[in-house]
Amino acid sequence: MTLLFIEQILNGVQLGVMLFLMAAGLTLVFGVMGLINLAHGSLYMVGAFAAAAVAASTGSFLLGVVASIVAAAVAGVLIEMLVIRRLYGRDHLDQVLATFALILIFSEGTRMVFGSFPLYLQIPPALAGPITLPGGIEYPLFRLTLIVIGLIVAFALYLLITKTRLGIQIQAGEEDREMISALGIDISKLYTFVFALGAALAGLSGALVGTLQSVEVGMGEPVLITAFVVIVIGGIGSIQGALIGAILVGLTQTLGAFLLPSLSITLFGSPDTGQVLSSMLIYILMALVLLFRPQGLMGVKT
Amino acid sequence: MALLTVANITASYGPTQALFDVSLTVKRGGVTALLGRNGVGKSTTIKSICRMLPHASGSITFDNKPLTHLTSHQAARLGLGLVPEGRRCFNNLTVQQNLTVAERPGHWNFSKVTTLFPRLAERKNQQCATLSGGEQQMVAIGRALMTNPKLLILDEATEGLAPIVRQEIWSAIRTLKETQNLSILVVDKSLKDLSKVADQAVVLSRGATMWSGAMADLTDSVTAQYIGV
Ligand SMILES: Nc1ncnc2c1ncn2[C@@H]1O[C@H](COP(=O)(O)OP(=O)(O)OP(=O)(O)O)[C@@H](O)[C@H]1O
Ligand SMILES: [Mg+2]
Repeated sequence: MTLLFIEQILNGVQLGVMLFLMAAGLTLVFGVMGLINLAHGSLYMVGAFAAAAVAASTGSFLLGVVASIVAAAVAGVLIEMLVIRRLYGRDHLDQVLATFALILIFSEGTRMVFGSFPLYLQIPPALAGPITLPGGIEYPLFRLTLIVIGLIVAFALYLLITKTRLGIQIQAGEEDREMISALGIDISKLYTFVFALGAALAGLSGALVGTLQSVEVGMGEPVLITAFVVIVIGGIGSIQGALIGAILVGLTQTLGAFLLPSLSITLFGSPDTGQVLSSMLIYILMALVLLFRPQGLMGVKT
Repeated sequence: MALLTVANITASYGPTQALFDVSLTVKRGGVTALLGRNGVGKSTTIKSICRMLPHASGSITFDNKPLTHLTSHQAARLGLGLVPEGRRCFNNLTVQQNLTVAERPGHWNFSKVTTLFPRLAERKNQQCATLSGGEQQMVAIGRALMTNPKLLILDEATEGLAPIVRQEIWSAIRTLKETQNLSILVVDKSLKDLSKVADQAVVLSRGATMWSGAMADLTDSVTAQYIGV
């Protein structure tokens, strides 16, 4: 039982760090540019398809992962320059409508190129199979790799934002975009970079999660919704908040699905109540967080 | 040829016109004071020069180049160093980050700025939000200097500061003029302090230039009519 429990905790963390990759871009784009981007899930899908196509044709998983990052970043730059850039000053309804249209375009476009059947990414042989962790826990090596990748990306992102000149310019732009422009910084280049960065992370997460599941049209939207829950919990605009929120949501979702049905059998004799409750759990968590901290865990009060 | 020439500009905030006919010049190595009562359009003129607000007619020429079709960052890169009204430091960044965020190569660097304002060296890792008003003003001036501008634009750089801190700021401005020969456009309420640094003066009233000439020629009747005491 405890071994199983620890395994579920690791699964929760794994889900959490992958959610973080999605949520980081979403929260940056919202925090820095004030943009609600519903098409973020499409970039996740673009990454997954690019990885599946490249991995299938080259036989290399690693090249597939690189392709996911590149393809999503390129798609991100394109839609930022063609569409998104026109939306920064607009109200959120315009943004939601326009980026929803982008979802439809991406989904139909992908269906035209790849068809409606799911694609599959194979876990590379070097990462297949279980690994024995201290304490005798057998855990899939690939999932453990995802946790490590996610944490490395989170740390790299932290360094980028807080230690590099570019990151400091992004923070300054978040606070006062007119002022940073008046000091000679090209804010539109900065915005394109932030958008491409978020897109690349979404694409990476699409490829990695797509390997555990399947690669298909529409895969991005459920993740997008969960990622929104994450950034609301973490505090919109905060990268740290996104990480904390993502891990919390990952754990809540995984442990809820693991514990509640069996608890419900003990209490009511059937798993149904527990299953229903567990699918609602992250929203309950969000409501509770908002009740006590309306700005989210790491958000700044406005 | 002057470094900056603003000729007969008009500008509006949406439907409300704020500038009707503003003209001014700043000579190379010169200091021009922009004067006038509250709300006459001094800050609006500065916003137009820095391309934060488009002007509707008239022309702005800086370093022999027209600024009309440039964006704010392009104009800044030609050598405009803005110290805006209200300071507008980046509160979440440290002093050092504020100074270096937009730095461009040239004479001014972190150590030169901290020689001008020694207090900033002591507080370099402190968040700007935690600084006193005077220190924030020093950060705003230092931040503009670090872009190595040809023209420094100071909008109410001593407003709301204690007299002793004001004198620190004024003495720094004098140093910039005397030792760096920096061209400066300065807006301030204190005629007495301005007269020690400015050689030219431009007086605005209700969005239009009413008087311009040498600072020394500014008569009491002009100041009484358009500036008040
Ligand atoms: N953002 C704005 N939107 C609309 N009107 C504005 C805006 N900023 C300034 N104005 C108006 O434009 C006019 C000129 O304002 P401006 O700030 O340029 O004056 P100022 O000379 O700098 O005054 P002060 O000495 O108080 O700083 C004023 O009537 C003001 O109400
Ligand atoms: Mg003003």
